[in-house]
Amino acid sequence: MSSSPHNSWLHRFAILTALGSLGLIAVGGLVTSHEAGMAVPDWPNSYGYNMFLFPVSKWVGGIFYEHTHRLIATIVGVLVVALTRWLGGSRSRLPLALIGFVELLAGIILPQFSPDLKGAGYFLSGIGTVVLAAAAVWAKNESAPKPLLALGWVALAAVQVQGLLGGLRVVLLRDEIGIFHGVLAQLFFGLLCAIVLLTSRWWIGGRARCPQRAANTLTTLDSTVFDNVSGALGTARPTPGWLGSSGLLRFSLVITVLITLQLILGATMRHQHAGLAIPDFPLAYGKLWPATDSASIELYNQRRLEVVHVNAITAFQIGLQMAHRILALLILALIAVSAWRAARKFGVRSPFTKLSFVWFGLVLLQASLGAATIWSNKAADIATAHVVVGALLLVNGALLCLVSLRTVPAESVPALVPSQATGFSGQPIAAGAKV
Amino acid sequence: MKKICLLTTITCLSAGLFSSQAGDITGTVTLKGTPPKEPEIPQAKENPDCGKLLGEGMPTMHHYVVGKNGELANVIVVLKGVPAGSKGDSAPPAVLDQKACTYVPQIMAVQTGQKILVKNSDPVMHNVHSVPMAGNKDMNTAQGPGAPDVTYVPTKPENFLKFQCDVHNWMFAWVSVFDHPYFAVTDKDGKYTIKNVPDGKYTLQAFHRKAAPSSAPKSEEVEVKGGSVTKDFSLDAK
Repeated sequence: MSSSPHNSWLHRFAILTALGSLGLIAVGGLVTSHEAGMAVPDWPNSYGYNMFLFPVSKWVGGIFYEHTHRLIATIVGVLVVALTRWLGGSRSRLPLALIGFVELLAGIILPQFSPDLKGAGYFLSGIGTVVLAAAAVWAKNESAPKPLLALGWVALAAVQVQGLLGGLRVVLLRDEIGIFHGVLAQLFFGLLCAIVLLTSRWWIGGRARCPQRAANTLTTLDSTVFDNVSGALGTARPTPGWLGSSGLLRFSLVITVLITLQLILGATMRHQHAGLAIPDFPLAYGKLWPATDSASIELYNQRRLEVVHVNAITAFQIGLQMAHRILALLILALIAVSAWRAARKFGVRSPFTKLSFVWFGLVLLQASLGAATIWSNKAADIATAHVVVGALLLVNGALLCLVSLRTVPAESVPALVPSQATGFSGQPIAAGAKV
Repeated sequence: MKKICLLTTITCLSAGLFSSQAGDITGTVTLKGTPPKEPEIPQAKENPDCGKLLGEGMPTMHHYVVGKNGELANVIVVLKGVPAGSKGDSAPPAVLDQKACTYVPQIMAVQTGQKILVKNSDPVMHNVHSVPMAGNKDMNTAQGPGAPDVTYVPTKPENFLKFQCDVHNWMFAWVSVFDHPYFAVTDKDGKYTIKNVPDGKYTLQAFHRKAAPSSAPKSEEVEVKGGSVTKDFSLDAK
């Protein structure tokens, strides 16, 4: 149980940063959905202008999506630097100053190696300046507890890697970098949401409910996983028995990992820039499993009359889409089972169950958006909504895993409880009482 | 008189000799069957800059450009298996223009080493983005209204090298690159002429983005012997 006081302004700032990141994912999704990733050929300038001085009258067509994506990314970057400084406290000033100085120096040196790295050099100089400015903030605030502090530093590193990936994708003309950029964006959003949770009153209030249970009900794996995770997060170690009895943490973890895999598949599909590899749903070229021999692929390409400059369909892309569809079904089924089990075990009023139901609602929405993406011939707004809901699905899973470390529905635990145990409502449970 | 006769004979013989060394291959390509309806480009019409340039009505794609009697334009006709002998360095530059937010022409063919001049005749910003698949140069360059021509020189043979504008995602063109000069692109009447083909037997191939793609061209055998030869193609709509 954390003893640090809750800082509502820090929490709100974390929410703002996370929302900014979600907005950035949405606009980034629009960039790819409109095939506008290369609409601004230079970086970090925009058509030769300093990106902050690029005339609004020129924000047309694909330029509008790509340029606004870069501007919002800059804002999110500044927010993350500020968040890191806040979480790090006054003790983070020296490390931030060192990082900022190194980045500024790297920004000057890098372009000497290659003209292709000029953009990266400007970027590092820019972000280095922002980091130095954060280091210069005089406020003498306490640093956050270790897990939060670590997450803050990871967020700082991640947002800069994201910026570099986005820029290098443009200047090096490498579509495949876009895949990493897309996946990291989702994981980064999840990280920020974890910071939101860990700065919340609910989390810091330390409402860990830890009914005791005979130790021998906990499997070795549960114990190891739980000790590592809860130790890293600074939570109290709840009853050894709870995980063993429901296994819902492991189940949620597995589903969250599968969602991550699905996001990777989705990002890979989108960054083939080949439009819809399979134009129909639920069938695939009129069949349960489409033909992928070269003659069939040739026919698919011949019959497709594209209105956007997409690449040719390949057997690999068809395979990707089929894998994406199958994994989607699996994830939907698993989330449904998870929600059902949570409701049965903990009742419908448990936060864990509520989050599980939200998860189920999201996955139903996501499945509908996936189908709509195909039926609408990959309409940009629908395809982008599919990306955003994918991010929310990932975050929901991650939050469920974290929340499960804090909420222990007393109903799941048999009656062997010592007197210091508390039930889900926070009220003490009498020894030997049924919960 | 005798000298005149001798000169005339030598001239006629020389003409005969040269004319027996090369000839033109001409022909017409037609489309059999009804082409599919061309999709509309609503994003072009809705674009505040391009919509004005595109005139009345909803613009459509032009995957098939077919005349009244089935004449098929934009077919690449090329001799197969000809030894490399590009004269691209000395060939006049090929011009790819951007007019009314559309690439003109949409299909063209050049030799390796031949300059492609990409012009922007529009009062709007475009970017010129090449998407090679066979080792030619990747390029993505801004080209504002009135900007100088962008020069691109392909160095490797490639069928249907794509040029696209990412500001206007419906804009794309295809350039086929060959390492010899024996190719042509059919005009709006479906007609083509491949000039100065040395005498010999050849396989003539016809490529069309949809009706006869790179993996499945239409092929015909042709022999050039002392003059022009005609070879027509008939492609099927898909």
